[in-house]
Amino acid sequence: MSGLNISRRGLLAGVSALGASAALSACGAKTGSDTSSAGAQADTSGDTVKVGLLNSLSGTMAISEVTVHNALLLAVKEINAAGGVLGKKLKPISQDGASDWPTFAEKAQTLITDDKVVATFGCWTSASRKAVKPVFERNKSLLFYPVQYEGLEQSPYIFYVGATTNQQIVPALDYLKKQGLTKLYLVGSDYVFPRTANKEITAYAKANGMEVLGEDYAPLGSTEFSTIVNKVKDSGADAVFNTLNGDSNVAFFKEYKSAGLTAKSLPVLSVSIAEEEVKSIGTQYLEGQLTAWNYYQTTPGAANEKFVKAYQAAYGKDKPTSDPMEAAYISVYLWKAMVEKAGSFDVAKVKAASDGITFDAPEGKVTVDGATQHVHKTARIGKVRSDGLIEEVWNSGKPVKPDPYLKGYDWASGLS
Amino acid sequence: MTTTTSPAKTTTSVAQPSASLLERFRVPGAFFLGAVLLLGIAPIVLSDFRLNLLAKYLCYAIVAVGVSLAWGRGGLMVLGQGVFFGLGGYAMAMHLKLADAAATGQTLPDFMQLYGTGDVLPWWWKPFANPAFALAMTVLLPMAVAALLGFFVFRRRVKGAYFAILSQALAAALAIWLVGQQATTGGTNGLTDIQGFFGYDLNDPVNQRTVYFIIAAVLLLLMAAARQLFVSRYGELLIAVRDSEERVRFLGYNPANVKLVAYVVAAGMAGLAGALFVPAVGIISPALIGIVPSIGFVIGAAVGGRASLVGAVLGAVAVAWTQSTLSDAYPAAWTYLQGLLFVVAVGFLPGGLASLVTVLRKRRIPTRTTGETA
Repeated sequence: MSGLNISRRGLLAGVSALGASAALSACGAKTGSDTSSAGAQADTSGDTVKVGLLNSLSGTMAISEVTVHNALLLAVKEINAAGGVLGKKLKPISQDGASDWPTFAEKAQTLITDDKVVATFGCWTSASRKAVKPVFERNKSLLFYPVQYEGLEQSPYIFYVGATTNQQIVPALDYLKKQGLTKLYLVGSDYVFPRTANKEITAYAKANGMEVLGEDYAPLGSTEFSTIVNKVKDSGADAVFNTLNGDSNVAFFKEYKSAGLTAKSLPVLSVSIAEEEVKSIGTQYLEGQLTAWNYYQTTPGAANEKFVKAYQAAYGKDKPTSDPMEAAYISVYLWKAMVEKAGSFDVAKVKAASDGITFDAPEGKVTVDGATQHVHKTARIGKVRSDGLIEEVWNSGKPVKPDPYLKGYDWASGLS
Repeated sequence: MTTTTSPAKTTTSVAQPSASLLERFRVPGAFFLGAVLLLGIAPIVLSDFRLNLLAKYLCYAIVAVGVSLAWGRGGLMVLGQGVFFGLGGYAMAMHLKLADAAATGQTLPDFMQLYGTGDVLPWWWKPFANPAFALAMTVLLPMAVAALLGFFVFRRRVKGAYFAILSQALAAALAIWLVGQQATTGGTNGLTDIQGFFGYDLNDPVNQRTVYFIIAAVLLLLMAAARQLFVSRYGELLIAVRDSEERVRFLGYNPANVKLVAYVVAAGMAGLAGALFVPAVGIISPALIGIVPSIGFVIGAAVGGRASLVGAVLGAVAVAWTQSTLSDAYPAAWTYLQGLLFVVAVGFLPGGLASLVTVLRKRRIPTRTTGETA
């Protein structure tokens, strides 16, 4: 067969071309050596500066992330209407993370390299944040992350505007303990947030005389809960701590109700169910159940009234506002305040100016903690009402200082 | 399967003495052109960022070379290539994470310090500290898994949809297992934040370029090797098994062994692709392994033309590239456009884009349609 030696010749040509090109490309820096590249240069020369909005507009996470994207657009629009930042209008550049972690990394790089954004807002899942973290660190560009998360992270180029553990999960446990609900059953989706949160809950329980009677995980998107609900029912627990995410909650609460369990007989405290999710699960399944957040649509105050009104005017009268949306909304305002205090869009200067920045947010007054790049937030426990909104039943009284590594808690010493 | 014309067949049947010179240089010429494009022109005209994206697409193309062999030539509906891609990727990422940790004086990778149960490295992580072992595993591990699975499956004459379902189940199982083992595999996050590549800093654009060159070179070499396989006696046998397995059996061959080789080689290629994907993209996670990405690997080859090596490779690159560009330009509507593209390509060009030339030629000379391809 003649193909044999011809290809061999082709192979030879290819290999020699390869050798030539390899010789041309010199070896780069070794690990450990300082490659302090200046990072990608944000473009601040024109009358407008670009800001990146990085959310999943398609895929499984789209249902939640689109609302965050809307809240971000609303904040940008409001800021532009009020004159912009340092006299420059903001131009939002949307990119679709497509619920896929490497895509998030790719799009983050696109925003920084091609669009030369001054800051990026977005991401929801911890996995997407972990995927983009090296991109923002490598390019020395800023990300504002709007969702509550499992803590144990502190990137110099990320501002964490959502709650960390000690602003959501720890207060929720304090609340349950105060109610005398000391025997817990943990139910969660199988991914990093629930698994890490449950480790923290178990450590807390051990130190506070509480008991964890069971711990079960369902794959993300799973809708089969009869086994788990039966185990919960037979366990003799006082309360369920629920870290399920997305549509699994629909199946879980339906099963819960048909098993004869109610908010009275065995309350469920959820940390991933906000107003938007209550609507899709169905109020009849959730009425009276507990949630832990930093903001509810019903939170009193002029700032919140204004926010809810503006959001519903822009996106529809029946659209609820939720904690991650609120955090996304204020993240743009916090960034604006930092830039104005620094008098510059320069990332290093913005970071240096961040400590002590305050904002009268819909959730109440928030303050940026420069050391951890997290935000002081008030913890709130809520109860689902019959109209689908969530009513606050307890709050921490004042904003809680962020403690992402739980250093201020003795029981957490073995966690990190 | 009968509608696909394979280049190998046309080469042998169409070749006439007068065209022999052209024929002789067609393949090496195309190969040389590809090499010049990938190794010479692309690095010059593309920015660092775009070149890095191309590196990622070329990793998909390496998987497509294997898909072209196993599915295009062997008729094996390999809908679980994500498993092998993942095994290769994790093998490589485990080594790089350990090397990163060692470089900063740690014994455990960063995520284990956060989510792990203790200070001890799990026993099955330990050998991956050795670079030679890890590199070998990126290819050998996927091949071993494929060999084991293929051995039992092909001998029992499981084929068609059943084989496809089995592949998918395996992909789903591996992805779910990885998610569940958060303390030792990083769970849904996967292994992220990879800093170095065998001592070289991946944050340095020069090193990123080198990674691109390695990936492009591996792709070209594998294409050359696959083409050798296509035109060899084995390649002919593989097509025979695809088109009429029983007839091959009666001729005295064992079709199970013929299919096993194609399946194992394709798995090795997917593993290598996964391993190269890690330094190029800096992440490997269960999301890259499950059912959806496994289907994605096949779609590229289907769009380009699974039986044609060049078609499959170009298809994989083209699909990934359109996905990136469309989603940049239309963040809210790109999924519809992509769906439309697949419908058009698969619906109107079942042989893929590679068959476009043949289809057009047939249109022009309708009398020849009854000839060779039937």
